Amino acid sequence: MDERVTDVEGARTTDARPTDAAGEELLSRRTLITGAVGALGVAVAAGIPLMAGGQGAKAPAAPPVPAVPVVPVDATKVPGAPTTAVGTRSPFVKPSRAPVGEITGNSLTPLQDLAGTITPADLHFERHHAGIPFIDPSRHSLLIHGMVATPLVLSVEEIRRFPPVTRTAFIECSGNGRAAYREPKPDTTPQKAAGLVGNTEWTGVPLKVLLDEAGARKDATWMLAEGGDACLLARSIPMAKAWDDALVVWAQNGEPLRPEQGFPLRLLLPGFEGNTSVKWLRRLELGARPWMTRWETSKYTDPLPDGTARQFSFDMDAKSIITSPAFPQALTKGWWPISGLAWSGRGKITHVEVSTDSGSSWSQATLHAPALDRALVRFTHMWEWTGRETVLLSRAIDETGYVQPTRAELVKVRGIGTDFHFNPIVGWKVQGDGHVVFHGET
Amino acid sequence: MRGALIVPLVLVVAACSRDAASSGASARASATGEPTRHYGLGHAASAAEVAARDIDVGPDGEGLPPGSGTAQQGAIIFQAKCSMCHGPKGQGMPPVFPALIGRDPKAEGFSFAKDWKLVKTIGNYWPHATTVFDYVRRAMPQVLPGSLTNDELYALTAYLLASNQVIPMTTTLDAASLKQVKMPYVDRFVVDNRRGGKDVK
Ligand code: HEC
Repeated sequence: MDERVTDVEGARTTDARPTDAAGEELLSRRTLITGAVGALGVAVAAGIPLMAGGQGAKAPAAPPVPAVPVVPVDATKVPGAPTTAVGTRSPFVKPSRAPVGEITGNSLTPLQDLAGTITPADLHFERHHAGIPFIDPSRHSLLIHGMVATPLVLSVEEIRRFPPVTRTAFIECSGNGRAAYREPKPDTTPQKAAGLVGNTEWTGVPLKVLLDEAGARKDATWMLAEGGDACLLARSIPMAKAWDDALVVWAQNGEPLRPEQGFPLRLLLPGFEGNTSVKWLRRLELGARPWMTRWETSKYTDPLPDGTARQFSFDMDAKSIITSPAFPQALTKGWWPISGLAWSGRGKITHVEVSTDSGSSWSQATLHAPALDRALVRFTHMWEWTGRETVLLSRAIDETGYVQPTRAELVKVRGIGTDFHFNPIVGWKVQGDGHVVFHGET
Repeated sequence: MRGALIVPLVLVVAACSRDAASSGASARASATGEPTRHYGLGHAASAAEVAARDIDVGPDGEGLPPGSGTAQQGAIIFQAKCSMCHGPKGQGMPPVFPALIGRDPKAEGFSFAKDWKLVKTIGNYWPHATTVFDYVRRAMPQVLPGSLTNDELYALTAYLLASNQVIPMTTTLDAASLKQVKMPYVDRFVVDNRRGGKDVK
């Protein structure tokens, strides 16, 4: 009998979580486990949690800042640098995702440092619940099973042979903006206020093509999407979304996905809360009811003031934020472009309105084409600062007619303690001395 | 190691036969009613391949494996394998290590929307008992995921439910009894009623 099958079946009855890897991986996993047991033992002996110093605790030491090379007095009078295998940013440009946490960490898109709408892959926010797995694409595959005619295993290479499509879509974590909503603080940057969002040109295959390949049954109503990370993150997705605009993607802005974005495969559910676009996708199971995983019960549910909690609240409501001027900028008198980003999980943004007088009047900002379905759109509005204290605000309106609400309106319907989906109007107070601070109490 | 070499060959054979059967891209009807095309890519998953990954447990108990454990056994396992992160009483160590156990009387009205400092636990928030089993099996203990046996998982689930006053400390859990456990606040979970448009909900 095939040794692998024996191993798998043995694992099924004794181990709670069988491993599906070949013998080679079993070996390395055991080696790893032994190492981890050792580490655990040490931590237990010391009586300290293994991740002390992680999220929330003291910040890890900053990596040494590379020295700026000597800049010639006149760059036109000396030959320039040679070509390189992989490009780098100018030493004068130093964006940072400001990462926190180790195993259950996140990092934020530095919105204030970006122009246009596409988020560079290495600056896209990340959120994970068990670290970023290190995956060899030649040993990764996607299993599609459950209510299908033929349960299928597709290698990464095979998935890339289906008719590919490319589209732009944002991904926003539904926890984006929690701190700024609950306790707005003046020293909040755009990155801190709304950095759990990114916008990418994705390439992959429509999920419906794969569903048809497996012969998905019409009576399947839910699908479990599972990642191959160390928590096997899993979410139940309505089949209506799976048949509609879901993609299985492998590329991000023209290159293979970054590991922290799901290399080698991720699900992409445009407009849905980010957690459902399951990274490191390894399994799709079709069924007739949701699975009630931890990520759709304990987390990613929204307590409401009437003593209920909203569940499967997938759609991201329309939202906008001015990314400049913003804290910690200081303005001088004169003309400035007010520039920001807007998006809606329900379709296209039709208008963004900007107020430069603390909300007394609003004018239409310019939307920079193309304003795509479920993608970030850039808006700008030219404004002359005369030296008077004021508040700059923006509000997005989407094609369903939804108008981004104030914080007070949201607190009324969702409560201050609600846990996910924060899309209040926010803005920036320009003080008399030109210093700009966050204004969250709208 | 030998097994690892044999497997790909078996898979290649399966893939070839599937190709032959579908004889290139052929038109059939999708579940959506639209015409569709088959590309003959991938291979039909074997029962073992499905079993190796199909670990999910549903709220109806579907997928619960054989095995059993008591809350008392779970208490001992918890101290040995979980308390260093979640605290000896499961009270958590914020902000990184969540509380698992606790029924703060102030939170008993499910008033989390009014006060974000109220701590959500398995007892005062989680709608389904099967989620405890499913999640711990997937993800815990965090540094050694996938290392617990089914008996240990039943015991830990029993302990977490019992110490949250959902079931008595004397309970033994197995597939049949776990799916019967009703969580105190399951009825509070409602479907999303947001639809865009003028209403802010
Ligand atoms: C090394 C530290 C560590 C150990 C050991 C550990 N956990 Fe955890 N546990 C965590 C972290 C961190 C999280 C939060 C994960 C996240 O945010 O996704 C967590 C989350 C959980 C949750 C979900 C809590 C919630 O509110 O959603 C449960 C249940 C849980 N652990 C049970 C256990 C059990 C049972 C054990 C022992 C078998 C255990 N844990 C051991 C670190 C640990």
